[in-house]
Amino acid sequence: MKNKSLVSITDFSKEEILRIVELASEFEANPNQKLLDGKVVSSLFFEPSTRTRLSFETAINRLGGGIIGFTDSSSSSTTKGESLKDTIKMVSNYSDLIVMRHPLEGSARYASEQSDVPVINAGDGANQHPTQTLLDLYSIYKTQGTLDNLNIFLVGDLKYGRTVHSLLMAMSMFNPTFNFISPDSLKMPDEYKLFLDSKGIKYYEHLEFTDIIEAADVLYMTRVQKERFSDHIEYEKVKNVYVLRNAMLDNTKENLRILHPLPRVNEIHTDVDENPKAYYFQQAENGVYARMAIMASILGLK
Amino acid sequence: MAKKELSVSAIKNGTVIDHIPATHLFKVISILGLDKSENQITFGTNLKSQLQGRKAIIKVAKKYFADDEINKISLVAPHAKLNIIKDYNVVEKKSVEVPENLVGIAKCFNPKCITNNEEMTTRFALVEREPLALKCQYCEKITDEKHLEII
Ligand SMILES: [Zn+2]
Repeated sequence: MKNKSLVSITDFSKEEILRIVELASEFEANPNQKLLDGKVVSSLFFEPSTRTRLSFETAINRLGGGIIGFTDSSSSSTTKGESLKDTIKMVSNYSDLIVMRHPLEGSARYASEQSDVPVINAGDGANQHPTQTLLDLYSIYKTQGTLDNLNIFLVGDLKYGRTVHSLLMAMSMFNPTFNFISPDSLKMPDEYKLFLDSKGIKYYEHLEFTDIIEAADVLYMTRVQKERFSDHIEYEKVKNVYVLRNAMLDNTKENLRILHPLPRVNEIHTDVDENPKAYYFQQAENGVYARMAIMASILGLK
Repeated sequence: MAKKELSVSAIKNGTVIDHIPATHLFKVISILGLDKSENQITFGTNLKSQLQGRKAIIKVAKKYFADDEINKISLVAPHAKLNIIKDYNVVEKKSVEVPENLVGIAKCFNPKCITNNEEMTTRFALVEREPLALKCQYCEKITDEKHLEII
């Protein structure tokens, strides 16, 4: 995958995904490898995303690389009306790799076409965020010892949540069973269900968040966002229904781990945080190793 | 008299594109780049048609289109019929079909798509012919017939 951009999780094959996951665990065991010594990475954040940016910048620093770029577009030439193409053409002359976050959908694909160096998509609007998916996969692999044959529960906003869609696409290569728990108004879109049907993957839909989670290996929680609801009353009704509390975990499997892309609002009660099955904070930390693995393999350094 | 009229517009060798919706004649001309062509071209518009309200017809002398070239007009003239003329005779008839890839023809319906915010060429992959569904190669969203706009 040397010199290949990472725009969408579907750009990577099953073998490439497994390679990233294995590399991430190598980096976790030995995080200070100066493989990027003498290399420059552009970190272009056309919209702020502190969490993702810090994770990337930590990964770059641990690899010994230099960073140039900006943290939001108000400090870039975009405010002077420069096109994305021109910014990318300029920056690709200065650096060996571009990490880009942009509010417009499809911007990362376009940047990868214009750039002479590989582009890593750090989120393009509501479209794709493949490094989040790879860190989710690494978290699952690390806690379950495998990606194969797992029972994965996705909870909350399954309609608009891009992280759950990408996770679904990627996990589909590993023969999972899916359980979807969401209010009727935020159900998994048909296109994803048709995709699962076409691959012969089993899935079950539920409206209620109950003891069915006892079958889960992975419980992936998402935010139910207020702005997704045109009806305020409907939001008030659902927002407290899909809340995970510690008491609900009593009879769940030993190997169950709870994941969440963070930040959370109230969907995971703080009484879960001390439970050893809570994994969302470590999950965020795994992002650094996953991103080290992605950058090192794209630059052909590993 | 009628015979003479026919011979004026008849071509010896070339292509006749028939059953173009009259409203889209100039779109077809522009998509095929005929406005920049050196070939002899005649066209008629607002002709009566049994298939559609009013149709247009284009005759291009000494020109044969490759399938992927002519298929570009399928979004604006889905029922277009091609007559391939050799030595005043129709030697072949062809229909158009939506190609697998559409470059620079359709507009993405998604206002947050980069293609609607930057000066660039749109690219779609055909997902479904009937009903029409095109997948934007940038934002990955589907534009359907209802939301389709030709650039
Ligand atoms: Zn688009």
